[in-house]
Amino acid sequence: MSATVSSTVPTGGSAPTAPTAPTTGARPLGSLLRGVRPGVALASLVVALVVLAALVPSLLAPSGPTQIDLGNSLAAPSLSHPFGTDEAGRDLFSRVVYGTRLSLGIGLGATGIAMGLAIVLGFLSGLAGGVVDTAVTRILEVFFAFPSLLAALLVISVFGPSVTTSIVAVGLSSMPGYARMVRGQVLNVKQAGYIEAAHALGHRPSRVLARHLFPNAMRPLVAVLTLGVGQSIVWASSLAFLGLGVPPPNPEWGALLDAGRNYITTQWWLEILPGLVIVLFAISVTTVGRAVQQRLEGAAR
Amino acid sequence: MTASIRPTSIPTTSVEVDEDLLLVGTTGTTGVVDASGSSPVSSDRAVLSVSGLRIGFGQGEDRREVVKGISFTARAGRCLAIVGESGSGKSVTARTLVGLTGAGSWVEADALRLGDADLTAQRERDWRAIRGRQIGFVLQDALVSLDQLRRVGDEVAEPLRVHRWGTRASRAERAVELLASVGVPEPEIKARQRPYELSGGLRQRALIASAIALDPLLLIADEPTTALDVTIQAQILDLLSEAKGRGQAIILISHDLSVVARLADDVAVMRDGEIVEQGPVDEVLSAPRHPYTRALLDAVPSEHTRGIRLVRPAEGQTAPARPARRIDRGRPVLDARHLTKVYTGPDRVDRTVVDDVSFELFAGETLGIVGESGSGKTTTARMALSLIAPTSGEVLLHGEQWSSLSVARRRTRRARIGVVYQDPLSSFDPRWSAGRILTDALATGPTPPSSREEARTRAVRLLEQVGLRAEHLDAAPLRLSGGQRQRIAIARALAPEPGVLVCDEPVSALDVSIQAQVLDLLTDLQDELGVSYLFISHDLGVIHHMSDRILVMKDGAVVESGTADDVFERPRDPYTQRLLTALPRLAQA
Repeated sequence: MSATVSSTVPTGGSAPTAPTAPTTGARPLGSLLRGVRPGVALASLVVALVVLAALVPSLLAPSGPTQIDLGNSLAAPSLSHPFGTDEAGRDLFSRVVYGTRLSLGIGLGATGIAMGLAIVLGFLSGLAGGVVDTAVTRILEVFFAFPSLLAALLVISVFGPSVTTSIVAVGLSSMPGYARMVRGQVLNVKQAGYIEAAHALGHRPSRVLARHLFPNAMRPLVAVLTLGVGQSIVWASSLAFLGLGVPPPNPEWGALLDAGRNYITTQWWLEILPGLVIVLFAISVTTVGRAVQQRLEGAAR
Repeated sequence: MTASIRPTSIPTTSVEVDEDLLLVGTTGTTGVVDASGSSPVSSDRAVLSVSGLRIGFGQGEDRREVVKGISFTARAGRCLAIVGESGSGKSVTARTLVGLTGAGSWVEADALRLGDADLTAQRERDWRAIRGRQIGFVLQDALVSLDQLRRVGDEVAEPLRVHRWGTRASRAERAVELLASVGVPEPEIKARQRPYELSGGLRQRALIASAIALDPLLLIADEPTTALDVTIQAQILDLLSEAKGRGQAIILISHDLSVVARLADDVAVMRDGEIVEQGPVDEVLSAPRHPYTRALLDAVPSEHTRGIRLVRPAEGQTAPARPARRIDRGRPVLDARHLTKVYTGPDRVDRTVVDDVSFELFAGETLGIVGESGSGKTTTARMALSLIAPTSGEVLLHGEQWSSLSVARRRTRRARIGVVYQDPLSSFDPRWSAGRILTDALATGPTPPSSREEARTRAVRLLEQVGLRAEHLDAAPLRLSGGQRQRIAIARALAPEPGVLVCDEPVSALDVSIQAQVLDLLTDLQDELGVSYLFISHDLGVIHHMSDRILVMKDGAVVESGTADDVFERPRDPYTQRLLTALPRLAQA
């Protein structure tokens, strides 16, 4: 007689550890792709398309972004104009496609500025400790005291709206969050066993910093960066929607939203469709970022 | 050969005598059960009988069986020990007995009976009625098992509350009684404190108090003393022994054969999900029938294993004799003079962590430092390595300045002294392969490799020296076993050809058979390279096995030092004597 006891308590992670066989450290690409969820695959596709649109917009857009056709203004979505046309008869889909380069550029640029400053401040703070750490932390706290968007608005109101100020404004206002994360990572990795082991071997501090501290502190932030790009694009769009971003007639995504808002009761697609593109891209980047994060954390311990 | 290690002419009665003494000496209230017929439980009554228990995880292709049809019986007033190494399935067996096997698992058994109840058809609701009331469960790490945010008294009274025993006030009262009964001093005060305010030993007592709160028929203790110092361990074992004296059945899960010898009446040896040998403890431990049991017993380092390889050579082969040791007592390679380390806490109170410690380590010699947690042995090691500066005192390396050098000057001499840590994995950069770790270490030596090919060849030679192979070059340490990782850590430490190796608890995280291999490896390397070891461990058996001379540390100071035999056989200091009395030993002359 053999009876089965159903196990009902999901304690999780309680499997006994079996000795693992030695395997090679490098994994072939095939095993990297295996087990990718369909949602992540779809999101990766969206991100790939957006990147393509930014690099070679003419490949995807049916017409130029500023090609005016007054006889066909405010047309509803159709096969020839998937997103319809705006008040000047410009093909909205083409404008969205051509706007990708600017939007993505702002996203990457802003994240780059934010992360660059964050690395400097975070490492300074985490490595120096003492007075320097206290000073940097206080400065970051002052930044935190301002709502991020408000800080961005402040920068723009001082320097006037342009592509560059958008990038700087969004970058500066998202910097403190990254800086705090970098500092935490540095403090964490600084006391890792392998850092002491490297010192015990007699390696120079600069070598320990470059070979162990920096890569290991930054590794978890790779995923955060991908998330940051999506976030920055949304913020830049918000600024543009408020009329404080990229000046017209540049087809930036947020600017398209701003232009479409006058027609939301009559030609809703002018507002909704570009909005959906932003949402779709932000979700996709976030999904990909999370997947990357899980991979990296799974690879680490 | 066997006779020299474990003389069979002297039977293992010493263990039983110990236990009887414990029972008589410590209980007093209940006495020994099987002596009187009026006792409510007979010592032979089966409390839990298990037959053909199979446990596995996963479904379909991923399905794997971790426990492969084991049978055993736990009897009232007796302790059954389930012994095994990591992955043997002993812990999952313990969890299954309280219905906590975990998600994605399946359990099958021909019979699983607790008293008169059949446990095979249990649902979660039924298990809840049993846990705490009929089966008490004591886990290894009380800091994790007790809720940090609740008072100790509430945690102890938890099973009472769950099983609706008494009123709130009477439960609080009972919790204090229980804490007192497990020997917690000032139980009223301790009951109001939180677990993190208690020491490890007191936490473990509180956990046991909670497990015995409802006087369960069966107590399952999963590695109850593993994280504890040897003197505390002895107290906890006494406590479990008392529970046994009250007629409770105990199932003890342990990897430590000496703990088993001290507490258990019966033992089941598990390996790869099967019980390979089962029987009364004195029979199994003194005359093991299964080769695995014998290998396990041989692998335990102690005073009897000095100069002998712990891993027995395969059948028909003889172990190479250890060559005569060449210890050069001329000039010490490491010379610590009056080392003191004082830390100032956040409350601005100075704490002397290491107090006036001096020692000399000679070429080719092993100096053991033994002590319980907080005795300052790791701080001493870090000062010897000059990773931290002594508050006062000085360390000389090869007769030259070491701790007093400037940081930059010292860096150039770091290759002369290496270190092996307890946890090798955390001492490796998680991104690096074994090969990269070794070539990186080779670059710090006196003769750094001049080309990639040379670096690779020398890394392979290092791997072979520590018993690994060239194929391990590309391995990520994360995917290697604990023993393999420690071998790589040793290879890394040896790469710059140091004269001194500081080993800080190098085998404490390893299973006994792996520990035996690593200790054998360290001995072989010493014979081959003439390297000196500053060997730090909390484990008296390991220290005795490895060391030529020993320092015993307590509260930052050296309380006793001398040759291994002097310290172990003629201890002068009361603390050393207490340590040695508390040490559970296998039955050996």
